[in-house]
Amino acid sequence: MIINHPLLGPRDSQEFIYLGDANLIERPDWQAANAVETFHDYLYLRDNPAGEHRELWYHEQGDRSWLVVTRNTVTHEISKVELARDVARSKGRSK
Amino acid sequence: MNQMNRINGQPLGGTEATGAPRSGQANRLSGGQIDHAKTLNFRFDGKTFQGHPGDTLASALLANGVRLMGRSFKYHRPRGPLTSGSEEPNALVELRSGARQEPNTRATVAELFDGLEAMSQNRWPSLSFDALAINDRLSTFLTAGFYYKTFMWPKAFWEKLYEPIIRRAAGLGSLSMETDPDLYDKGFLHADLLIVGSGPAGLAAALTAGRAGAQVILAEEDFLFGGRLIAETYRLGSGSGADWAAAAIAELAAMPNVRLMPRTTVIGAFDHGITGAVERVSDHLAVPAAGKPRQILWRIYAKRTLLCAGAIERPIPFENNDRPGILLAGAIRAYANRWAATPGKTVAIFTNNDDGLRTATDLIDKGVSVAAVIDTRPEGKTLAGTTHLKGATVIDSAGRLGLTGITVRLGTGETRQIACTALGVSGGWNPNVHLTCHQRGRPVWDAKIAAFVPGADLPPSMSVAGAATGDLTTSGALASGAAGAVAALDALGITARAAELPEAEDAPVNVTPFWYVKHGKGRAWIDQQNDVTVKDVKLAHQEGYRSVEHLKRYTTLGMATDQGKTSNMAGLAVMAELTSKSIPATGTTIFRPPYTPVPIATFAGRSAGKDFRPVRQTPSHKWAAEQGAVFVEVGMWKRAQWFPRQGETHWRQSVDREVLATRNSVGICDVTTLGKIDVQGTDAAEFLNRVYANPFAKLAVGKVRYGLMLREDGMAMDDGTTARLAEDHFVTTTTTANAVGVYRHMEFCRQCLWPDLDVQIISTTEAWAQFSVAGPNARKLLQKIVDPGHDISNEAFPYMGCGEITVCGGLRARLFRISFSGELAYEIAVPTRYGDGLIRAMVEAGKQYDSVVYGTEALGVMRIEKGHAAGNELNGTTTARNLGMAGMVSKKKDAIGSTLSEREGLNRDDVLALVGFRPVDRSRPLVAGSHFINVGAEATAANDQGYMTSVAFSPNLGHSVGLGFLKSGGARKGETLRAVNPLNNEEVEVEVVSAHFIDPEGDRLRA
Amino acid sequence: MRYSGFKVIKEALTGHKGWQPAWRDPAPQPHYDIIVIGGGGHGLATAYYLARQFGQHRVAVLEKGWIGGGNVGRNTTIIRSNYLLDGNEPFYEFSMKLWENLEQDFNFNAMVSQRGVLNLCHTDAQRDAMRRRGNAMRLNGVDAELLDTEGVRRMAPFLNFESARFPIKGGLLQRRGGTVRHDAVAWGYARGADARGVDIIQNCEVTGFRIENGRVKGVETTRGFIGAGKVGVAVAGSSSKVMGMAGMRLPIESHVLQAFVSEGLKPVLPGVITYGAGHFYVSQSDKGGLVFGGDIDGYNSYAQRGNLPVVEDVCEGGMSLMPMIGRARLLRMWGGIMDMSMDGSPIIDKTHVEGLYFNGGWCYGGFKATPASGWAFAHLLATDTPHSTAKAYRFDRFLKGLMIDEKGMGAQPNLH
Repeated sequence: MIINHPLLGPRDSQEFIYLGDANLIERPDWQAANAVETFHDYLYLRDNPAGEHRELWYHEQGDRSWLVVTRNTVTHEISKVELARDVARSKGRSK
Repeated sequence: MNQMNRINGQPLGGTEATGAPRSGQANRLSGGQIDHAKTLNFRFDGKTFQGHPGDTLASALLANGVRLMGRSFKYHRPRGPLTSGSEEPNALVELRSGARQEPNTRATVAELFDGLEAMSQNRWPSLSFDALAINDRLSTFLTAGFYYKTFMWPKAFWEKLYEPIIRRAAGLGSLSMETDPDLYDKGFLHADLLIVGSGPAGLAAALTAGRAGAQVILAEEDFLFGGRLIAETYRLGSGSGADWAAAAIAELAAMPNVRLMPRTTVIGAFDHGITGAVERVSDHLAVPAAGKPRQILWRIYAKRTLLCAGAIERPIPFENNDRPGILLAGAIRAYANRWAATPGKTVAIFTNNDDGLRTATDLIDKGVSVAAVIDTRPEGKTLAGTTHLKGATVIDSAGRLGLTGITVRLGTGETRQIACTALGVSGGWNPNVHLTCHQRGRPVWDAKIAAFVPGADLPPSMSVAGAATGDLTTSGALASGAAGAVAALDALGITARAAELPEAEDAPVNVTPFWYVKHGKGRAWIDQQNDVTVKDVKLAHQEGYRSVEHLKRYTTLGMATDQGKTSNMAGLAVMAELTSKSIPATGTTIFRPPYTPVPIATFAGRSAGKDFRPVRQTPSHKWAAEQGAVFVEVGMWKRAQWFPRQGETHWRQSVDREVLATRNSVGICDVTTLGKIDVQGTDAAEFLNRVYANPFAKLAVGKVRYGLMLREDGMAMDDGTTARLAEDHFVTTTTTANAVGVYRHMEFCRQCLWPDLDVQIISTTEAWAQFSVAGPNARKLLQKIVDPGHDISNEAFPYMGCGEITVCGGLRARLFRISFSGELAYEIAVPTRYGDGLIRAMVEAGKQYDSVVYGTEALGVMRIEKGHAAGNELNGTTTARNLGMAGMVSKKKDAIGSTLSEREGLNRDDVLALVGFRPVDRSRPLVAGSHFINVGAEATAANDQGYMTSVAFSPNLGHSVGLGFLKSGGARKGETLRAVNPLNNEEVEVEVVSAHFIDPEGDRLRA
Repeated sequence: MRYSGFKVIKEALTGHKGWQPAWRDPAPQPHYDIIVIGGGGHGLATAYYLARQFGQHRVAVLEKGWIGGGNVGRNTTIIRSNYLLDGNEPFYEFSMKLWENLEQDFNFNAMVSQRGVLNLCHTDAQRDAMRRRGNAMRLNGVDAELLDTEGVRRMAPFLNFESARFPIKGGLLQRRGGTVRHDAVAWGYARGADARGVDIIQNCEVTGFRIENGRVKGVETTRGFIGAGKVGVAVAGSSSKVMGMAGMRLPIESHVLQAFVSEGLKPVLPGVITYGAGHFYVSQSDKGGLVFGGDIDGYNSYAQRGNLPVVEDVCEGGMSLMPMIGRARLLRMWGGIMDMSMDGSPIIDKTHVEGLYFNGGWCYGGFKATPASGWAFAHLLATDTPHSTAKAYRFDRFLKGLMIDEKGMGAQPNLH
């Protein structure tokens, strides 16, 4: 596969390490009353769609960017690649 | 320079070589694309033959009158080639000898070279007399899937009797069992347009795209370009097809933007336009040239791929249709026209289409006698110069080791015997859709040519041209190749003009579907290699294995080395007839990569043997090697394991000496392999506070703290020390094994979880050479190399202190007062390029203290003596609580893993806890991997109390010590247990003790 | 019809006219006591044991394509019970015992071949971990042997002992491990279940569940609604898709695992060998092909095909471990979709919907589990209680912190 890195252009996916569902960005609040349950859902449960999937890839053999790649799990077609940092900020994550 | 399409320097094309057939080459014709003037000697089954440059092994054997080249898989039927290409199911040989022996090599694509050696395979004792041909006699018992119904009793006989017999009989060729001496390489190519195949469509496409200036790769599996153009006699414009191909190749070779790749098979179409291709660089040579690889695996990144892979002829099954001498009609034509060889002096043709007639015409022109043309079609034009029997079928054949004649059933119903030594069969042509299926694309049915053609769901950047689309005429192939290139380039924004094309034949094939000859009670082969007959398909249907996939799996149809390229259609057609469905309603079989089988070594390239993975060397490697150190693999690192001295004959002597010397005086150890991560920024402390379970916010500048890092699931991920060099600057270390993973995780936290923290991190593992200096004389040793002005006294530089210093007269260094061994110890780091110098300087400085340099074994002994957890304890299933560090997990802050470590199952009273063990009988050794069982309890899983993780012989204590996880371990000190090791039928009584065997109070490290 | 050597001979002598279809092709009935979704190995085994062991005969297996078309038809055919953890080992040993009597039980030769499974180790730490595992097996009454380098050499002298990047330090051998002809497992179970009254309905895709008041009433399919008292889902690879129709998110990701077979060769390998310093495991089929595999491609996928980097990685492992296979040719590669779970272990459990049961999360170890999985799932479906060897395979183990993590990789499915 080829991942079109937003900063570096098209790179072979072999340069990257895959983590999984981009929801892993949305780490819950540790002080919530039901934190164990929300952390359980966050860490262990997945939508796992057959179709469009937003997922985290890390450019280990490159610039060390974490990317959010939107990829179809049936065709492997990639429709969007974003810097994970930008996605995290857009989800309201900051410090 | 045009080096393409030449054989030994001879340009190809219209040069009609003369030269009469040589003696011995009884079936050699004149002309063709071989160099009659040069003779090559080769051996088959020990017998010497002659052939010519341009021959394949199969064409040369046929020219020598040899039709029998192999045996079938199951019935060991005598077989000769069916085809003239890579789709060959029958003519498989063991090519070459010794360590280069290559089983299952298709004689039809093995290029002849002088000295070639080949042996027939899957026969004993000889090809012409094969004992296992008995299977053929027993075939009525050995029908499809018979083995699923028997060999079940008595139970024990399967592995002992039945299976060994089956295994010995099965298989095809054999491996030499030696290490392949050849090199294999990998390469990467980029192009605008990859053209697969160089027949009329591929050449027209390449000319079009090449002239437009696009970056073009033309890959051809054959050693000659031209595809069918060099196997046919029809004219292209004013010259021959071969002339036109040679001219086209000459023009392309002169274009700097075109890369011509003969002997290159495109094996697979992978995601995002990436194709795999195998270039057979040296397979046409006796041995590869010095330093040259045998084959190269290319990964081709092409913006567009144009598949011009042509079509593959299909046979018509009839009774005994598998004898040597029965070939596809197109193959016989190719042997005659291109290779100047014929499988027999008297040939008959069996066809359901006009293309079959062309073979008869060409043979007659070549002076080969055509005994008859048996045409299933009752109507149509009549061929002159031979007996053209219409509405007739071949219903049987004769000849044990080679064809001697056929039985023909005429349209009238009467039968006729026709003597012939070869038969060309044509059942029509299947477009070669193989690569179009590699991303699960499904071909669609085209009734016009009674074959599957590529569907709409092609791999995204692929298009198809020529016969592969189902357009089986030469003029159509030329036009669609040119148009395909124009369209493909247009998609890239490159304007191209279709190349002007020569006039070419455009005769329709006029195929009338005829799938198999129904007459007769004998066996008609569909899959010749795997011996799947029409009867087998019928039996599969009878037993309910009707889905195409069930049919394939139950009968093994299409599972042989040719992957059913010539057989799948007939199997499907028979099943369609039996189920009264159309062929497309019955199903399609799709193809998977690779297009043709690829040596495993080719996929591995140079990453084999010692070069499987790179080697990382520590900065002191050279010095250690000079000392005769024994090295050990630690991930990709090679680390010194111990340093044997003269007179030491057992590793324990060396290790015990290194441990004792360190504990009694001073020892030095290269610990560069530990991961080092530089953490900087105004939020660096807060960042570390969140990635480590224990607090870091208040760590003072100039201090070091141990950190325990958890995964989000609460399991210990890694541990290490973190030094605060400045308010906004930390240096953190990881274990050797987790250096990469921890860094990745920290980047995840930084970029994905807390994107606005002001923190930057960088791995500096390779930037700093780091050594541990441990033992009571550690400070004294260091004081000899640390520059004056840096006070490293206990008062100025206490335990867990750190600072930036200079050594050896101005060399910048970092010093950390940390200890893994439990001794007074430091770790000193200098820029990596000075690592070799520093070890030498320290060894020199240590001489007066009888210092040692110790390896990983002594390191391990001392950390076990001290009770530190390492890789064996941080095994991914242990929590802080298991490790006895529950107190470190701060509840006052958010840190990765702290929430989920609260889960009930991880906090039960009886969870495993890390404790120490010593043998009750101090002379007994302990064994890692033993399990703990209470005294008096039965050694069963139900009574399992835990397991021993790490053991060592402690030279300080004079007995073995161990660390392990024990249920409720913390509360069981003093208890006696059994450490059982049923794998060795042994057990040792052990006492549960503190994990800190040496200096539990920590006085030494604060000294 | 009973299969036997005698029957084969008799049929051969009488023109093979007497062979019957191995299973019927029935139309779906309006209602079944139990519906099993998924005509793969696990679903068919479940139906077989429901009928044979638990007296359930009003059972249907619904298969969207053709039976045996999922992972039971595309795997590397290995069976073994060499697990470490309490939650796993008794279950896999139960499976092994069922394998050992399977062919006589369902009267179909699945070529269960116990030629041994040898896991190699290359470091002291690996050997320690292997000893712990081998001892755990022995404490469970399972056969295991720890070999040193010489022991490995005696078994497999062709391995790379001379110029290996990672020297072979020994290996854990389970002699009772081996291989099974994978397709035959699906067919044998199908035939056995069919003979006991189970309806095997192919080309019948489930498109939804009918759930009323928290209880499952049946399934909507491409062949209409089919009522059921209980529904068991055994569709590994597609678990998330199917359970999503019941509103569940699973602790599972779908990943592609590639497998490979070489051209047929005369016998070279004694049994199954796995490399401990790279991703490579291999056996040789009775037909002579080297059947091998390695790591999953590592990204979520439902595509049933993989990419070149993993092919290369697997072959590099092979060439590092046994360089004598270099000139053997890789014939075919294929991809299967694995239910990769969050701890590498499966789930056989009830769900929040009454009457709806789930079996999945087999990662790439599902084939060897087929008999025990079928039996345990049948036990759960028939009795509403877990089988004694499958009690740990619960959904809530992640919430409770009772993961069954053999490799210690945590909630990272592509590393299990």
